Amino acid sequence: MATTTIQPPKRKKEVIERAVIRFCGDSGDGMQITGSQFTNTVALYGNDLATLPDYPAEIRAPAGTLPGVSGFQVHFSSSDIYTPGDSVDALVAMNPAALKMNLPDLKRNGILIVNLDDFGETDLRKAQMASNPLEDHSLDGYRLFPVELTKLTRAALRELGLDNKSVDRCKNFFALGMCYWLYNRSMEATLRWIEDKFKNKPQLVAANRLAMQAGYSYCEATEAFQITYEIPPAKLAPGVYRNVSGNSALAMGFVAASQQAGISLFLGSYPITPASDILHELSTYKNFGVITFQAEDEIAAITSAIGASYGGALGITTTSGPGMALKTEALGLAVAVELPLVICDVQRGGPSTGLPTKTEQADLLQALYGRNSEAPIPVLAPCTPGDCFWIALEASRIAIKYMVPVIILSDGFLANGAEPWHIPAIEDLPKIPVRYETNPADFHPYGRNPETLARPWAVPGTPGLEHRVGGIEKQDVTGNVNYEPLNHERMVRLRAEKVARIVQDVPDAVPAGDSSGDLLIVAWGSTYGPVTAALQSQRAKGRRIGHVHLRHLNPLPGNLGELIGRYDRVLVPEMNLGQLAMVLRAKYLVDAQSYSKVQGKPFKQSEIENKIEEMLGAAS
Amino acid sequence: MSTATLPALTKKDFQTDQEIRWCPGCGDYAILSAVQSVFPELGIPRENFVVVSGIGCSSRFPYYMNTYGFHTIHGRAPAVATGLKLARPELDVWVVTGDGDSLSIGGNHTIHMLRRNVGLKVLLFNNRIYGLTKGQFSPTSEIGKKTKSTPFGTTDRPFNPLSLAIGTEATFVARSVAVFQQHLKETLTKAAAHQGSSYIEILQNCNIFNDGAWDGVTEKDARSEHVVQLEHGKPLIFGKNRDKGIRLNGFELEVVSLGNGISEKDLLVHDQHSQHPAYAFLLAHMEDLPGFPVPIGVLRSWENVPRYEDLVRGQIREVQAKRGKGDLATMLRAGDTWEVKL
Repeated sequence: MATTTIQPPKRKKEVIERAVIRFCGDSGDGMQITGSQFTNTVALYGNDLATLPDYPAEIRAPAGTLPGVSGFQVHFSSSDIYTPGDSVDALVAMNPAALKMNLPDLKRNGILIVNLDDFGETDLRKAQMASNPLEDHSLDGYRLFPVELTKLTRAALRELGLDNKSVDRCKNFFALGMCYWLYNRSMEATLRWIEDKFKNKPQLVAANRLAMQAGYSYCEATEAFQITYEIPPAKLAPGVYRNVSGNSALAMGFVAASQQAGISLFLGSYPITPASDILHELSTYKNFGVITFQAEDEIAAITSAIGASYGGALGITTTSGPGMALKTEALGLAVAVELPLVICDVQRGGPSTGLPTKTEQADLLQALYGRNSEAPIPVLAPCTPGDCFWIALEASRIAIKYMVPVIILSDGFLANGAEPWHIPAIEDLPKIPVRYETNPADFHPYGRNPETLARPWAVPGTPGLEHRVGGIEKQDVTGNVNYEPLNHERMVRLRAEKVARIVQDVPDAVPAGDSSGDLLIVAWGSTYGPVTAALQSQRAKGRRIGHVHLRHLNPLPGNLGELIGRYDRVLVPEMNLGQLAMVLRAKYLVDAQSYSKVQGKPFKQSEIENKIEEMLGAAS
Repeated sequence: MSTATLPALTKKDFQTDQEIRWCPGCGDYAILSAVQSVFPELGIPRENFVVVSGIGCSSRFPYYMNTYGFHTIHGRAPAVATGLKLARPELDVWVVTGDGDSLSIGGNHTIHMLRRNVGLKVLLFNNRIYGLTKGQFSPTSEIGKKTKSTPFGTTDRPFNPLSLAIGTEATFVARSVAVFQQHLKETLTKAAAHQGSSYIEILQNCNIFNDGAWDGVTEKDARSEHVVQLEHGKPLIFGKNRDKGIRLNGFELEVVSLGNGISEKDLLVHDQHSQHPAYAFLLAHMEDLPGFPVPIGVLRSWENVPRYEDLVRGQIREVQAKRGKGDLATMLRAGDTWEVKL
């Protein structure tokens, strides 16, 4: 593409270790695309990165208003990073509402690019601003760059003859072009994406390309920025990388699981934020024989998956909290009929509809206990977007090995957040052996493997193994309907024991940081990033702290109780009101301290550090 | 498939050793017997039959069938069966359900199964009452009915199950009666041969909580006097002396007496393949009209509507033919990648 070659800028270039940039604007301004493109570009360059997309539940709240603000934050670095960043170095605000909502996170003296064309009286009124911040000196503490994004984009695209509405939709790429210039990034990857995305609409290819190039050239020509930044590639482990979000990693993990098991994958799902992208992605993998069934409701989503598993497929279902609640009775059925099944709950703020697009970890007790009667289910939780891939494989493996439903607790932060992901070699993936029962001699529907207590997987179509299963209590071994008191207690205990035995597949917990000391942080799920960053920072100050991040929440690692005993105190940071803390206190009789944050936003590193300092006193 | 290669199956092969726990005199026994008689005749290996049920008296059915069986949860049998059928289209999957299970708690799954045309055979045991929970009204109970939960009579308008199924664009809709054994077996056989969803309403008596629910159909002489048997290509005639018929007058049905210038060729000739959406509705609702008989038989049979599982799996085959079978390593490296070297 000869036309896209741009001469390198000739300004003062400062090499820095890391930067946090946030694009924000109206939900119609394309901020998620802008952020994703910036992410992809820095990933391809070799930076480590973490992202935080933050968008409203409304598809289009009234334009220019505070509820309509959508943002995308990217933290990229030449060293290991674990979080999207506590505060922002460069903020791109497309309108006053976005500025108002996001300014509190911008560092003092941070870069602030605003669209000057959207700061008229009406725009300010929609953002409920009494005076124009561009004129009232309230932005004096920042490096403010007011840019006529709309006018400049229109000028750049004048020749194309597009209507104003279409032209104005390209102004995000003008801003993106500016940011590429500011951080010395090539536009190549985004240009490729534009060509592919609009391959049947040559005018839109030209429009987006011209807008981005105009933004880049604008910086070059106007000398608005006296300085540009260079963030060298990170020293990641050798290998091939891609950028991955949690939902995408889950989808790929399930395909990998079905391939490793040699059985077909069946997804029953009902659209729900923030889990729908798993359904979307799996629906593209038909060439792997994946069946995606968009069911009539959440209940049909899980029960169809149970039906598929009964037929010998790997049945899975994906949802979020409210959908999880609807699936509850069917989870009990899966426990009773002892079939493999994986249920993904991509947690969001609740209760009820709650905060559909925001993150939370408050479904833990629901996953562990939220069913009628004694219905134990293993629960796993990924800790990073890339880990979602491995958790999908592990959950599927356990489900098949133990003939049991398994719950995965992801969350909105992991689902939409992205990070560079070391692509594994196929030979490094776990094997998932599957054995369908075929031998009619001495066949018992509820006979059990002495090691795992799994019952046989006898699928319809197998001659001589005709039998009946169901949610009604069954007689041990035969599986016949049975109401005897002692048989019921035996079955309840067998189901519990089977899940407890999964501990033999759970690796012992190995703490990061100190293996004994003043404080152990026990955490799970998406808090991995901020806790890890906080731990490193606090240990550098000389504190003796360990961190155990639980990927298995039921059963817990066998050594966890002993490990907890090696530290003076235990801290459990969670995006709920202390659910894991309650479990640990109940199970280990330990005075675990809960640290809660339930704001629909992930913990900041500084918040964890402040809590550590509050517990342990100032560093000596 | 040639039946010659299969060992001949008999009714006994489909009976289990489990004690049947329906009340003595329950209409379910007759249905069980009919199904056990029909299955051996279908030329299908026993291991390929699966009976899936929900909750209710009828839903205990799988325990008494020596096939694969799945007694699921209330109302969800169609969804479980849909997943099974998508995963294993070669299986012969029968859904057994009741008026509460299928039309109340499972109404949503019922209509979506039927609109998709999943290749499932659905037996709706309609006794117009909740039996297993001991006598509350059901969605097919007649308005005003006094039951345990409606001591002053129900205020709910009932569903007509046939009308509901027809409204979902179901491709096979039929009605039979538990005690009309021969008719029931014939209807089951027709349902078995249908390629898409087959929905059979089976009128069945609950002699404990709603005894006599269908006396108007099943009592001595009622069958000939108050029932019209729909047969494809034949005129609608009923009456003990086969002297009454049903005629189409504009958009209305009317009962006429044969003779006095009215002959069989003036009558409506049943066309179960009629593509007109209203035709089956007219049949389903004739019993609401005074003097009209209750129709039994196949109201609608639309062949050539693709089965859902064939469409789903056909799409998979198409994608595989176009893109080749999926390769895991290729999938993992899709999109933009970069290499970090030592």
